[in-house]
Amino acid sequence: MKKNRLWMLAGLIAIAGAITVLAAGGLSDNMVFFLTPTELQARTPDVYGSQIRLGGQVKPSSVDWDAESAELQFVIMEEGVEITVESTGAPPAMFGDGMGVVVEGVYHDDGVFRSTNVMVKHSNEYEPPHDEADASETYKSLMDNDS
Amino acid sequence: MLSTLGYASAVGALLGAAIMTIAGFRAGLSRGGDEFTATIARRAAYFAFFAMTAGMLAMEVALLTHDFSVDYVARVGSIETPTYYTAISLWSSLDGSILFWGWILAGYGALFAFTRRREWNGPEARTRAPDGRIAAGLRMTPVVTAVIGTVGLFFFGLLVGPSNPFGLIDPAPANGPGPNPLLQNHPLMGLHPPMLYFGFVGMTVPFAFAIAGLLIGNVEARWLRDARRWTIGAWAFLTMGIIGGGWWSYEVLGWGGAWAWDPVENASFLPWLTATAFLHSAMVQERRGMLKTWNLTLMISTFLLVLFGTFLTRSGIIDSVHAFADGPIGPIFFGYIAFVLIVSMVLIGWRANRLHAPGQIEAAASRESAFIVNNLLLVGFTFTVLLGTLFPLIVEAVRGDRISVGAPYFDMVATPIGLALLFLMGIGPALPWRRASGEKIKKAFLVATGIGVAAGVAAFLLGIRQFYPIVTIAAAAFVMTTIVEEFAKGVRARRRIAGRSVGGALVDLFTRNGRRYGGYVVHVGVVVIALAISVSWTWKFEREGTLRDGQRMAIGDYEIEFVDVWATQEAQRVVIGSTVNAYRNGRPLGEMRPRMNIYPSNPQPIATPAVKSSLTSDLYLTLMAFDEAEGSHATIRAIVNPGIVWLWIGGLIMGLGSLISIWPRGVGRSRSAGEALLADTAAAVTSTGPATESEAADEPEPAGVGT
Repeated sequence: MKKNRLWMLAGLIAIAGAITVLAAGGLSDNMVFFLTPTELQARTPDVYGSQIRLGGQVKPSSVDWDAESAELQFVIMEEGVEITVESTGAPPAMFGDGMGVVVEGVYHDDGVFRSTNVMVKHSNEYEPPHDEADASETYKSLMDNDS
Repeated sequence: MLSTLGYASAVGALLGAAIMTIAGFRAGLSRGGDEFTATIARRAAYFAFFAMTAGMLAMEVALLTHDFSVDYVARVGSIETPTYYTAISLWSSLDGSILFWGWILAGYGALFAFTRRREWNGPEARTRAPDGRIAAGLRMTPVVTAVIGTVGLFFFGLLVGPSNPFGLIDPAPANGPGPNPLLQNHPLMGLHPPMLYFGFVGMTVPFAFAIAGLLIGNVEARWLRDARRWTIGAWAFLTMGIIGGGWWSYEVLGWGGAWAWDPVENASFLPWLTATAFLHSAMVQERRGMLKTWNLTLMISTFLLVLFGTFLTRSGIIDSVHAFADGPIGPIFFGYIAFVLIVSMVLIGWRANRLHAPGQIEAAASRESAFIVNNLLLVGFTFTVLLGTLFPLIVEAVRGDRISVGAPYFDMVATPIGLALLFLMGIGPALPWRRASGEKIKKAFLVATGIGVAAGVAAFLLGIRQFYPIVTIAAAAFVMTTIVEEFAKGVRARRRIAGRSVGGALVDLFTRNGRRYGGYVVHVGVVVIALAISVSWTWKFEREGTLRDGQRMAIGDYEIEFVDVWATQEAQRVVIGSTVNAYRNGRPLGEMRPRMNIYPSNPQPIATPAVKSSLTSDLYLTLMAFDEAEGSHATIRAIVNPGIVWLWIGGLIMGLGSLISIWPRGVGRSRSAGEALLADTAAAVTSTGPATESEAADEPEPAGVGT
């Protein structure tokens, strides 16, 4: 009976150890850093190839969206530092010049950030916008359609 | 008027909680305890519930009549919001959610007191302990009521003080902004939040049992069984709340998935894990008297994790779709969590001498050791999810770097742990208590192992090459076989003993030993969910395209054809949508209309995907972009999600199994203390019986054990 319990204990410790190793390894492989363009540039070349979230503003008139091939290219800037971002897929609604955005992806040594996910930053507070254009005006031409 | 009534109700509930606490502790712990004080505690619980109901109704009336002089209504209401969303906006913001929480808490307190109102009719009422206190069997109820009262003091206190939803605004605004757009975008919003709240708040009852047991100095199987039953009820709500939340996320958030390991999703999952661990480990204590401290720890941790989750959502320290705005309530919650933690630890330390377990594990191959491994895995799971959730906060505090831990981390740790738990689900129930002979193990697992391996091989031959799906399919087949064997064994026994038909025997299993066979039904639900996750995760694929007049896009078996882009003005929002015709294998499925909703209170449009579900797969369309001027083209993301409906179906099966498990037998007849004692003795007798007693289905169940 003693021997049995010893084996049992060893088994339990092995399971606990396996979970710990799994968690520690998983964490170090899946940490995603939030960086601004300035921080990103300061950390080259260490950051090449690792998963990063980059936050900044869309540089006015840098957006190049091709609806046919679904290729999106634009420049994120902050304090004069500019990073070119490429991604596939339509930009989120409200994406546009001057918007605050967060892109998730990998920065490559050719100086291009390849993004898998483009998110528009928005505040959690749902204050009514005061000088926003009225949506029913913006999409008036669509409303005249048959539906 | 409504504001005054509401506030007075909250004050009334606070008063009720104070009386519950004082009278309950006095009745159960001091020498002055008697039926009178116990009755006062019980009636105070009814009163608190009555007061909270009045308060909640006052808020509902204020919301529905758009009484913008009430602070909360002015913040979440608007005249344009449809009535349904107005009614459920009770839980769309911080203060209202605390009100709803408080109402449920008072409801649990009253229900607990009500179910035990006849205890004083039994023979124990006439006896007293040597130290002058009331009989041991009667102490638990008033003390549990008192502990629920102390939790009430905190939550009702929040309503009276820092989180008062009934404040007045003068002059009253003419209209409000309406609820957060995400929360008024889909009718499912009426479903999962209340389920989660019923689950979260319900964990107060087992916590109160644990604290009461420690205070009284009595940690025994007799009340543990009741605590477990309350836990199953709350756990079933929590389960369906989590799955329902996944469904909401799938139908509303537009990214095509149900679970993103968002911090708040994790916060609901953590107490679910520890409660699940408790549901299993409690049985070890019932049968073998072991794991007393462990069970207390699990009951208390579950409640602490509920508080922690509430803290995360309401403190503003994390960013999430679910986060409420910052408020003064964060530090208060944090203080309360620390208080509960310290009090619990002191109590466990103080009672350490009474928590010594008489039993021992006798063999590695036994039901109890399977439960211990199950608990280790569940607690390990809790630990890894907690670590991943809090790690960004820790790193930011220590190194100043802002990081996030991505979903891949959680997937990577959750998959092997989840699979190990799945396998164990087939092993545990088929093993006898105490020890299993080699012969017995062979008999129990030969067929199941064969079918499991065969299923894995079949999956491979059918062309599945990924490791995890093959293992999941094999494990699912293994577990389902052991469950079917358990049912078959039970049915055979009932046929032999009672001469029932197969159908009648099945009904017998559920009505006579629902606790056990309901548990197996829950396990079937888990298997269904495991398969659904595995299949939808592995074979999900998507395609995005910009479509013009009549253009078609193929996605797997499906095809969509662009019709038009349109916009309509609704009372509370502008809706822009694209109509497409969907086909599957050339067969028309009808129109689908993925949309974007634009609410005046928020510049960000809220996408509403269009979903065509079937038992084999879903077609899921999200409108990504559209031609604003003429509506001549739209960019649509199409996702094919195989088998995802089984996720929701599995959740329903789990809920159904839980219901069978806790369904009261002999409705209308509450078990007196004397009967409970008899049942205890019966359980004690069987648990010292021979190793074969896990096959209790072969014998008539002792009366009352199944509750």
